[in-house]
Formats: sequence, structure tokens, C-alpha cells
Amino acid sequence: MANRSVTARPSVGRVLAWIYLAVIILITLFPFYWILRTALSNNFALHTDASSLLPVDFTWGAFKRALGLASVAEAQAEGGSGASLNTALYLRNSVIYAGVQTALVVFCSATAAYAFSRLRWKGREVVFSVLLCALMVPAIFTLIPNFVTVKNLGLTNTFAGMILPGAFFSAFNIFFLRQFMLGLSTEVEEAATIDGAGPLRVFFRIVLPMCAAPIATLCLLTFINTWNDYFWPLMVTSDESVRPLTLALAVFKQASPNTAVDWAGLMAATLIAAAPMLLLFVVFGRRIVNSIGFTGIK
Amino acid sequence: MTATQDTKTLPVAPVATARRRGIRRGHLPLALLLIAPAVAGFLVFFAYPTVQGIYYSFTDFHVLSAPNWVGLDNFRQLLGDDVFWHSLWVTVYFVLLSVVFGILISLVTAVIMHRLTKSTVIRGIILLPFLISGVVAAMTWSWMLDPGLGIVNSFFIKFTGHPLLFFGDSALAVPSLAAISVWKSMGYNAILIFAGLQTIPATLYEAGRVDGASEFQMFCKLTVPLLRNILVMVVILTVIGSFQVFDIVQVTTKGGPQNASLVLQMYIYNKAFSQFDFGYAATMSLALFAMLIAITFTQLKMTRAGESDLN
Repeated sequence: MANRSVTARPSVGRVLAWIYLAVIILITLFPFYWILRTALSNNFALHTDASSLLPVDFTWGAFKRALGLASVAEAQAEGGSGASLNTALYLRNSVIYAGVQTALVVFCSATAAYAFSRLRWKGREVVFSVLLCALMVPAIFTLIPNFVTVKNLGLTNTFAGMILPGAFFSAFNIFFLRQFMLGLSTEVEEAATIDGAGPLRVFFRIVLPMCAAPIATLCLLTFINTWNDYFWPLMVTSDESVRPLTLALAVFKQASPNTAVDWAGLMAATLIAAAPMLLLFVVFGRRIVNSIGFTGIK
Repeated sequence: MTATQDTKTLPVAPVATARRRGIRRGHLPLALLLIAPAVAGFLVFFAYPTVQGIYYSFTDFHVLSAPNWVGLDNFRQLLGDDVFWHSLWVTVYFVLLSVVFGILISLVTAVIMHRLTKSTVIRGIILLPFLISGVVAAMTWSWMLDPGLGIVNSFFIKFTGHPLLFFGDSALAVPSLAAISVWKSMGYNAILIFAGLQTIPATLYEAGRVDGASEFQMFCKLTVPLLRNILVMVVILTVIGSFQVFDIVQVTTKGGPQNASLVLQMYIYNKAFSQFDFGYAATMSLALFAMLIAITFTQLKMTRAGESDLN
């Protein structure tokens, strides 16, 4: 019996498994290739050869249109609507929104996690349990009241209005970091305490550096989530001076006529919107992959 | 007080005593300072809006005027609102498709990856769709599924002679949305499950093989039960996430055709931001909140999460 399974392994089952994996990879990657292929096509020519695997009538025109570098006449000659994206501005907005939110919420979660794991004080467990209740509340439920709050504070169409609700508190981040800090050995901390370091100094000099890996994990995941956030920025902003890149794409699509959609231009804009995250992936790929597995096992 | 008593009664080493005294005495103010931002954020943007949302659901709040208490009117309207029940059904249908196919594909992918290759590159590749926004995913697929020029339909036309109207067909709209959602989240779930697989000791499989179990039997009798905790987590995350689907729908179908893909979140958004009926929108959110809590607790109970067979 044992022999049978050993000899059976490298044969049919293994080949089928590799085929399955190849199909999954193909389905995952093909849409990305198709965005690129379409973005490099002439929108009028797309009609003539829709299933060509290579760009149809290769041109950089779609990127020029999406970036607003082509004149309206040029754009219309290639089947564009003349709409363009102020990419640099939207990119700046996304960087501010995701960057500031990530830095604030991860730092505030780290200080709170330290208080919940390494300091001893009355009521610690009670306060922690109350905060954890936030995990149960779905985002949609707090969105409308939060919108009213932000509106009453006069913060619609500002970065503060977009950032504040998620800037100080994340139940998941605190929970995750607390679990990690509970597992740290106390010896170094004790040695530092004997040498006269206060708890605040211990936090910044010892605990924080020891948590570099989980903190990096949370920074990456929070950054990706905030960068891709759609609903909240859609609610609290209407002005392009603060709107992030995710919304810009939808705006660009609305500018395109329904009758003759500028698919080449749209795909160029899509690629521009996806580029920063794809770049982040090129730089931090292994780290992101390991981080996600890391959050799963607590 | 207690700290000084401790030092008198407990015969511990002087160093430990000093540390213990320090910890007992001076940490409350510092702890309060360190948790202050998180607690403030929790109170202002979670606790207060939760209470506020419950209050709004009993009012006829329209943003521009102050909310008026209307008692159970919104809840009565909810019970008789066919569109609400329809959108709830659409959402449940979407969630079922996303969860069943999403988890199945993620699980099979994770198990196969685990047996064939530990390559980070392959795990990285299948994660790619998770990194892009729902809007980008939706835009890409609406192009690939376009009835006239989309690549998917080019093939359908070649083989069957006519295109499929994925987003324009009432019967296909929700499955198409679920397919996009599965495509986008499969890699993330597969990596979580893959991480869980790595914690299962290889000796268990060796023992199974010695006992003459086939690959399929080991998958059913060993892998799945031992992955229970992580599978429960992935299912709950997927259910909660899918219940709140919005961006994919907003970009592709906007709830159409004829409300065929009107998910709950889309309906709530329309009520709140097209008709400015915040009170009723809050009532529907409260209903959604209640359902999510009920589902989460039932799932945790039924699957006995938290217990592990490895101990």
C-alpha cells in the first residue's frame, strides 16, 4: 500500500496538480497583461481585431490621453473622449491619505498595545475587551453617523475628514501587536529597568525595535487597505484636490461616452491607478506575502 | 499600598521587589496616556457613531433638518419594503457564491501549493489581484467581459456564435460580480490557508500514508479538520467582506439590470446619498449589523472555533 502511493505520486496526480496551478496563475495574470495590451492599442483599431493577443495598431496615445498630454483633437482621432486624469494630483492625494493614516494608526496601536501587554494597571483587561468589541461593528454601520460628524465639523473635502476616523484606533492592529508583545521575553526589559530606564524609554528603545517585523507587517497591510479604500473617500469628498486615485478612475470612466467607450484610454488609466501598488509589490513582494501568512497564525 | 505590603510579606530577591514595586505604583498614568489616542478614536468614531446610528434608525433624519423621533416607523417600512428584501436576497446569493467558490478554490490552491512548491514567487503571483483596488479589478473585468469587444466574449462568439451579456443579463450579473470578487480575494485566502498548512506536522501525513490513506482521504480526514480554525477565520472574513461589497457593483452594474445586482450596501448608499433618507438607511445598516453578529456567533459556535485537534 505504502509503495503504491509513493510510486503514484510523481505521475498523474502530480501532473494534474501542476496543470491546475498553471491555470490559476494564468487566470490571475492574464487580466494584467490584457490591461497593458489594450492600453497600448489604438481605440478605433480595437474594433477590427478584438481578440488579437498583441496590441492592435501599437500607440502610446492612450497613456497620453489618460495623462492629459494629448490635445482634444488628437484624443478624438484615436477614439478618446478628451477626458484626462490629473494623475500627479490624485497620486499626491493617495500618498497623503494612505501615508498619514498608516503612520498615525500604527503608532497609536503600538503605544496602546504596549500599555495592554507590558504595563500593569487596574482595569487593563476590561478596557481591552471593550475596545475589541469594535471588531464586531461593520464599517457600513458607523459610516453614516461618521459622515454626519465629519460634515458637522466642516471637514468634508479635507484630508483631515478622510483620515481622522481611522487615524487613532484599529482593533485589529492593537490585538495583533498585543499578542506579539505578550510573547516577548521580559529579561532585556528588566535589565534596562535596573539600569534606571523608565517604561517610556523601555518602550521606545527596546520594545518598539523588537516589534519591527509585526509593525512593518501592519504598515504594509494598512497602507494597501487605505490606498484601495473607495467608499469612505467617495462619501466625504467631491473635490479633486483631495480625492485619491481610486476615485479618479471612476470619474474618468464617467467622462467616457457610453456609446463608444474609450477602452484603450480607460485601461491606460487603470494601469496608472494600479501602478503604485504593483511597484510596492515589486519592492516588498516577499515581505507582503510572508506578512499575510504571519497575521493568520496568532 | 499593596505594593509595600507585598515587599514585606513576600520573600523575593531585592531586584525583583524593586521592579515589582515600580510596576505596581507608577504605570496607571502612563498607561492612560499611551492608550488615550486609541480610546479617543474608539469613543468618537466607533462607540459614538454606533449609538448615533441606533438613534438615527428611529428618526426621519434627512441631513439638512434635525432628526425627528418616529419610533418604529422605519422598521415597519423595512418589513414592507420589497426592494430591501430583494437586495438582501441578492446579497446573500452573492455571499454564498463568493464564499463557496472562493474558499473551495483557495483551499485547493493552498493545498496544491503546499504539496508541490514552497515558492514565494508563486504565492506572490496569486496575491497580485489583492493588491489592486476593487475599482481597478471591476474596470478590468468589465472590459474583458464587454459584450462587443471583450476578450472573453470573443471566445464565446467563436464557439457559440453569440455573446454573453455578463453584466447586462439579470441571471448572470451576480455570478459575474462574485467571480470578480473570488478572483480578487483568492490569493489572500490561499496564503492564509497555506500558512495554516505549514503548522501541521508532516509526521501526521507519514502516519496516514503508512496506514494506507489516499491523498484524497488524507485531505478530508487530516488537512481539513486540522485547518478548522484558520478556515473558520477565512470564512468569517469572507462573509463579512462580501456582505459589504460595494465598489465592484458601483463600477460595473450600479445594481442593474432592473435591480438584479442591487446588493444591500448599494441600496443603503442610494437611500442615503441619492434620496438623503439617512434615518431609513441607518435602519437598514442596523439590520445588516444584527445579521452579521448573528452569523458570526452561529459560525463560531457551530464550528467550535478556538479548539484545535493538534493538542
